[in-house]
Amino acid sequence: MTDTDTAIAVRRSVTVNAAPERAFEVFTAGFSTWWPLETHHIGKADAAEAIIEPRAGGRWFERGVDGSECDWGFVTAWEPPHRLLLAWHLTPEYEFDPDPAQATEVEIRFTPKDGGTLVELEHRGFEKYGDPEKIRESVTQKGGWSDLLEMYSKAV
Amino acid sequence: MATYGSNGLSALGDPTRRAIFERLGRGPLPVGELARDLPVSRPAVSQHLKVLKDAGLVVDRADGTRRLYQLNPAGIEAMRAYFDTFWNHALAAFKDAVEKEDS
Repeated sequence: MTDTDTAIAVRRSVTVNAAPERAFEVFTAGFSTWWPLETHHIGKADAAEAIIEPRAGGRWFERGVDGSECDWGFVTAWEPPHRLLLAWHLTPEYEFDPDPAQATEVEIRFTPKDGGTLVELEHRGFEKYGDPEKIRESVTQKGGWSDLLEMYSKAV
Repeated sequence: MATYGSNGLSALGDPTRRAIFERLGRGPLPVGELARDLPVSRPAVSQHLKVLKDAGLVVDRADGTRRLYQLNPAGIEAMRAYFDTFWNHALAAFKDAVEKEDS
């Protein structure tokens, strides 16, 4: 039993028919073109756009239709066109939490593959959301939740 | 934790329960409002909610005379399962955007 056993992450990947430069550009500068803004935003006003500032230390935030701004998190690593690391300061109630210790992390890697790009995403740090004892129980139990969700994701 | 694990697969394998789960990801709702958005009866929604509750994915609480359902905020696996489906859809939309702009 080590600490890494309690790190709970979501891993997803997709292969896109474009060069890594294009994929990185659309993921970041084109963020609002694909993110489901109407359902996934946290500001009080409807969201007009969401922005990832193109530099390490940059903000990740939404701008409402009324011009108001609401933070989501920060750019932790900006390495175009290969890697992007975001700190997502989100509480389980889907609100902004300024405490960096409570932020989850989203790492996106862009790797050339067969003339296109393999985009691998890892969203980690869910262990911060709950009771550590319960997490240890659920992840160490053979045939537990992790395995079942793996099967579920393959079935979808 | 045995029931938690054994119920998980069937809980999210059902398309209606998955729809309910995703809907609750946007905020707490009473049964009536959930039923209004879905092509199933209110008693059926209640039944699905019971399965999600038994699986530890959803909790309920009293809100005046109503009962509100929400994703289990203490449930790491609820969050993980939620983002698993969320990123799946978001990356599909991302792929569409990349390939549209590329053409």
